[in-house]
Amino acid sequence: MISPQRVDATLLAALRISAGLAGVLLLIIFFFMAAESWAGLRDIGPLRFVLDASWHPEPAAANGSFRITAMVAATLAATAGAVVLATPLAIGAALFLRFYAPPGLAGPFKRIVELLAGVPSVVYGFWGLVVLVPLLATLGGPGQSLLAGILILTLMILPTITLLAHAALVSVPPAYLQAAAALGMSRWTTIRSVALPAARGGLFTGIVLGTGRAAGETMAVLMVCGNIVQLPDSLLAPVRTLTANIALEMAYALGDHRAALFVSGLVLMLLVTGLVLAVARLDASSGRFRHG
Amino acid sequence: MDDWLPASGRTRGRTAAADRTAAGAAWMCAVIVTLAFGWIAADLLWHGLSRLTPGFLFEMPQLSGRAGGLASIIVSTLAILAICLAAAVPIGLGAAILLAEYSRSDRRLGRFVRRSLDVLAGVPSIVFGLFGNAFFCVYLGMGFSLLAGGLTLACMVLPLLIRSLEQGLREVPDDWRNAAAALGMSKAATLRSILLPAALPGLVVGLVLGMGRALAETAALLFTSGYVMRMPGSVMDSGRALSIHIFDLSMNVPGGTGNAYGAAVVLLLMLLTVNLLALAIARRWQLTQPGPL
Repeated sequence: MISPQRVDATLLAALRISAGLAGVLLLIIFFFMAAESWAGLRDIGPLRFVLDASWHPEPAAANGSFRITAMVAATLAATAGAVVLATPLAIGAALFLRFYAPPGLAGPFKRIVELLAGVPSVVYGFWGLVVLVPLLATLGGPGQSLLAGILILTLMILPTITLLAHAALVSVPPAYLQAAAALGMSRWTTIRSVALPAARGGLFTGIVLGTGRAAGETMAVLMVCGNIVQLPDSLLAPVRTLTANIALEMAYALGDHRAALFVSGLVLMLLVTGLVLAVARLDASSGRFRHG
Repeated sequence: MDDWLPASGRTRGRTAAADRTAAGAAWMCAVIVTLAFGWIAADLLWHGLSRLTPGFLFEMPQLSGRAGGLASIIVSTLAILAICLAAAVPIGLGAAILLAEYSRSDRRLGRFVRRSLDVLAGVPSIVFGLFGNAFFCVYLGMGFSLLAGGLTLACMVLPLLIRSLEQGLREVPDDWRNAAAALGMSKAATLRSILLPAALPGLVVGLVLGMGRALAETAALLFTSGYVMRMPGSVMDSGRALSIHIFDLSMNVPGGTGNAYGAAVVLLLMLLTVNLLALAIARRWQLTQPGPL
C-alpha cells in the first residue's frame, strides 16, 4: 500500500506539471511565432516591410515586394475609429446601468449587453455583410469599407467596455457616494466628480482591453472591409487589415511569404501583450478601489 | 454591499439642466445599444428560424452548402469541441487546483502562471491559428485535421477555463479544508472526497464557459482544422466547423446566404443553450457569477 504522503507528493507533482504547462504555453507560442518569422526577417529584412513598393509577396524574398504599411494603417484606422465610437457609448451605457436604470430595467439591459458580448465574431461579420454593407453601399462605393469595419468593431467592443466599466463603477465605495450626497451634490455632479474619477482605473482597463480586441479581431473585418490593400483615402474605401491579410493568404503562402505573415502575427501579438501588461500595471496602481 | 445611489434631488438652474442632459445622454446610450441588439437578433431570427427543420440539421450539405443541411458540419464541430475539452480540462483542472489550493506553498509558480495566462487571454485568435498551423499541423505532422483544430482551441480556451475552474474551487468555504485537515485527511483524500464534489457545480460552470468560447471561435480554425465539408472519418481528417461554414457560405458561395442564416441561428442557439446552462447551475447553487470576460 502506498502511503498517503507519497500520494500527496505525486499529486502535487502532477498539479505542478499541469500548471507549468499552462504557464509555459505562452512561451511556446512566442517561440514558434518567432521561429517561423525568423526566415522572413533574415531574407526580407525589417526595412522592406516599410520601403518596398507594394504588397506583392512571393515565396522567394527577392521576387516579391512586402510593404505592409497600408495594412498597418488600416488596422490602426479601424481600431481607432471603433474605440472612439464605442467608448462614450459604452461608458454611457454603464452609467445608465449603475445610476439611471429603473430597478426593473437594469437586469434585462445587463442581460442584453452580456448576450451582445457572447455573439461570435463570425456572426457579427455575417450580419455586417448582409445588412450593414448594402446600407453603406447606398452612400456610394462598394459598401465593404473601412466604415463598415469601424461600425462592426464598435458593436463588438461595446459590450466588453460596458461590462468592465460597470464593474468598475459598482466597486466605487458607497461611502464616497454618500459623502457626495451629504455635500448636497446633484446626481450628475456626483457622477462626474466622484464616481468617474474613482472608477477611472477600471474604465481605462476596459478601453485598453477593447482596443486589444479590436486590433486583433479577424473574422468580422475580413467579411466587411473589402480586403483591398490600399491606404484608405475615405471612410467608404475598402481596406485590408493585418489580421484579414493573414486569414486570406495563409492557406497558400509558402517560403518567405508565409514567414512575412508570421511576422505580422508576431507584431500583433507583441502589440496586444504590451496592452495587457499596461493594464496589469494600471490595475496594480488602482487596486485600492477593488475591495472598497 | 450597501447599494446606495445618488438621489435626483431638487436642484435649480444650470445644475438641474446639466443633470437632465446627463440623464438623457445615458438613456440615449442604453437605447442605442438595445436597438442594435434588437436589429441583429430580429434580422437573424427572421431569416434563420424558418430554415430550422430536422432535415436541415441531419442532412448532408449539398452544392457547396447552398442546399441540404449541416450533418457533417455539426459532427465536425462536436468532434473539435470534444478534442478541445479532452485536452484542456485535465491540464486546466490541474492548474486551477494548484492556483486555488496551493497558493501559499507555490506562490511563485502561481504568480508566473497567472501572469502568463493573463497575457494569453489577450492574444488574438488569428495568432493562435498561426501557432496551431506551425506547431500542430506542420511541426507535429498532424496536417489539417480535427485533432490539430481541437488542440489549437484547447490552447485558446485554457485561460478562461482555468480562471473559472479556480473560481469554482474558491467557492468551497475554508472551514471544510480546516475540518479535513483536523481529521488528519491527506491532501489527495480531501480533494477527492470533499473539495471536488463540493466544487462540482462551479467546475461545471467553468467547463460550460470554455465550451462557449470554443464554439464561437473561427479564426483559429481557418488553417488548423480546415474547410473540408465531407463527413470526417477520423480525428486526422480535416473537418469544417459551424463558424467556418457560416464564413464560407456568406463570403465564397454565391447564393449561400439563406443557409448561412440557418447555420448562424443554429450556432447562436447552441451558444445560448450553453450559457443558460451555466446560468442555471450558478443560480441553483448560488455561486458567485463569473465576472465580465
